[in-house]
Amino acid sequence: MADPRIVIVGAGPAGIRAAGALVAAGLRPILLDEGQRDGGQIYRRQPEGFTRTPEQLYGTEAARAVALHESFERLKPQIAYHPRHLVWNVADGVVHTISEGKPGQFAYDALIIAAGATDRLLPVKGWQHAGVYSLGGAQIALKAQACAIGRRVVFLGTGPLLQLVALQYHKAGAGVVALLDTSPFRRQVMALPKLAARPGMLVKGLRLVGGLMASGMAIHRGVTPVEIHGEAEAGVTGVSVRLASGRIRRFDCDAVGLGYHLRPEAQLADLARCAFTFDPKTRQYWPEIDAEGRSSVPGVYLAGDGVRTQGADGAEISGALAACAVLADLGRAVPEAERAALRARARIMERFREGIAEAYPWPAHLAADLPDEAILCRCEGITVGEVREAATGKGADEVNRAKALTRVGMGRCQGRYCGHAGAEIVAAASGVPLEAVGRLRGQAPVKPLAISAGESQP
Amino acid sequence: MGGSGQARFVRLGETGRARIAVTVDGESIEALEGDSLLVAILTARGRLRRSEFGPEARSGFCLMAACQDCWVWTADGHRLRACDTPVRAGLSLVTEQPDMSWPIPV
Ligand SMILES: Cc1cc2nc3c(=O)[nH]c(=O)nc-3n(C[C@H](O)[C@H](O)[C@H](O)COP(=O)(O)OP(=O)(O)OC[C@H]3O[C@@H](n4cnc5c(N)ncnc54)[C@H](O)[C@@H]3O)c2cc1C
Ligand code: FES
Repeated sequence: MADPRIVIVGAGPAGIRAAGALVAAGLRPILLDEGQRDGGQIYRRQPEGFTRTPEQLYGTEAARAVALHESFERLKPQIAYHPRHLVWNVADGVVHTISEGKPGQFAYDALIIAAGATDRLLPVKGWQHAGVYSLGGAQIALKAQACAIGRRVVFLGTGPLLQLVALQYHKAGAGVVALLDTSPFRRQVMALPKLAARPGMLVKGLRLVGGLMASGMAIHRGVTPVEIHGEAEAGVTGVSVRLASGRIRRFDCDAVGLGYHLRPEAQLADLARCAFTFDPKTRQYWPEIDAEGRSSVPGVYLAGDGVRTQGADGAEISGALAACAVLADLGRAVPEAERAALRARARIMERFREGIAEAYPWPAHLAADLPDEAILCRCEGITVGEVREAATGKGADEVNRAKALTRVGMGRCQGRYCGHAGAEIVAAASGVPLEAVGRLRGQAPVKPLAISAGESQP
Repeated sequence: MGGSGQARFVRLGETGRARIAVTVDGESIEALEGDSLLVAILTARGRLRRSEFGPEARSGFCLMAACQDCWVWTADGHRLRACDTPVRAGLSLVTEQPDMSWPIPV
């Protein structure tokens, strides 16, 4: 039998570990990544010429980051690695790419999608102002470019990244005004039994909280965001929230890092026609997978934060497991002892993921309670009221209909940042359960293509 | 236009890199080798561009190539995503789409 053609999308922890496991089995996978360099999100590499140490860049995760980068360097000659390749479509067993304006195609027998996550966002009135960044964006400014997003930064939202980025900013010498978390502290306490599935991570989390307390920044938990203040030209000038005590408080600032944990980048899985299922706990649709990452479509495997937000260690495990599944399904020898160990560790990762989701819940009611004049779609300035009106006045009680009527989800970000909140608004306005309003369908190209893509443009 | 205002981003380190000059809307700004276009512009100005759908200035959002809020153009009309395009010496950028034509290619 000729060697099977195995394509991996994403050179983050999940994709790199998948590639490593396939190379160990004597195969030569194709690894495609949109980025300039390998490493993915958490272990993102700084550009050539930057001098910060791994400890400065990756903190407690420095050793893991270095280990992953080193194993990638060893792997590189044994795989077909194509950086700067955006995968914009998957159809009929072929992955379509674009690289510096040049289209390409990779046919596959097996496809592992490890496309990672993006910030999960919930609008707040005024979030369209210049100086509001996603939390991930705030972290990338620091990690990849040694910059702070402003002189006086407020971090608003919830999730593990909120606290981590606030502390990273503080340690790097940036001005942090406040950390405003929508999750009440008791939710974190209640989640302790599940978080204890990974005692080491739990200790790191507690140290993080300790570091924040010692930092002197204002910290408020259980807040309700009211408004991001700003001016058309100058951008952000402040943030108002209702504190847990009920009092409204304004924090003056010139930048905001905003985010509510992460959401999987599942568009490619959607284009590959993988079945999705509704997760009532996190209130989102995500692709169905089995314990080793098999999707509902034979030959398509899903790994890492692009399918479940388990974090970096979980991504490494699920990438290696997906590779085991590929080997098994292709009738190749599988390292069975390792496979069993990976499956056991994957269960721990999944329990911890559930704990994090419970500790930092998606505050669905905040979307339903947004004022009509708040902007829902930052790309095209579409308001919450317009979407409500479509849902109640025009019977758009399904998100793709609401999209057709209002264009919400059709702008530059293709619904990445407004989709989840938009679904909550449609559900609340039309009195239909969130599950029934559905999800925005993925569309090719998954990102707008450069103009020079020429005739290959769909 | 102009309206550049105060720089938005603050450099916290890594400032020993080579200095290079780029032009933004006809104005020369100094960047450091290894900067993204977004960082080069926002360490010199308060905004990246203006929204086509509202009055506000825009300055990018995700920095990870997902939101497309950060498009700028070369003088000859090539669209660049400022957050993941490294700066090059001598580059001349405009922050408004030159020769806006319909349909806008996306
Ligand atoms: C901004 C951000 C910051 C984070 N910071 C932390 C942190 O500090 N600590 C932590 O524990 N976790 C963090 N996380 C979670 C973290 O992403 C993961 O735990 C880990 O990086 C997941 O690994 P992964 O391999 O699944 O995905 P990623 O590491 O995200 O890698 C996915 C890769 O796929 C590529 N890709 C995606 N779509 C395409 C496409 N269509 N075509 C080609 N290539 C594509 C991307 O370029 C990327 O390199 C962060 C997540 C985000 C989004
Ligand atoms: S800032 Fe989001 S794509 Fe560049």
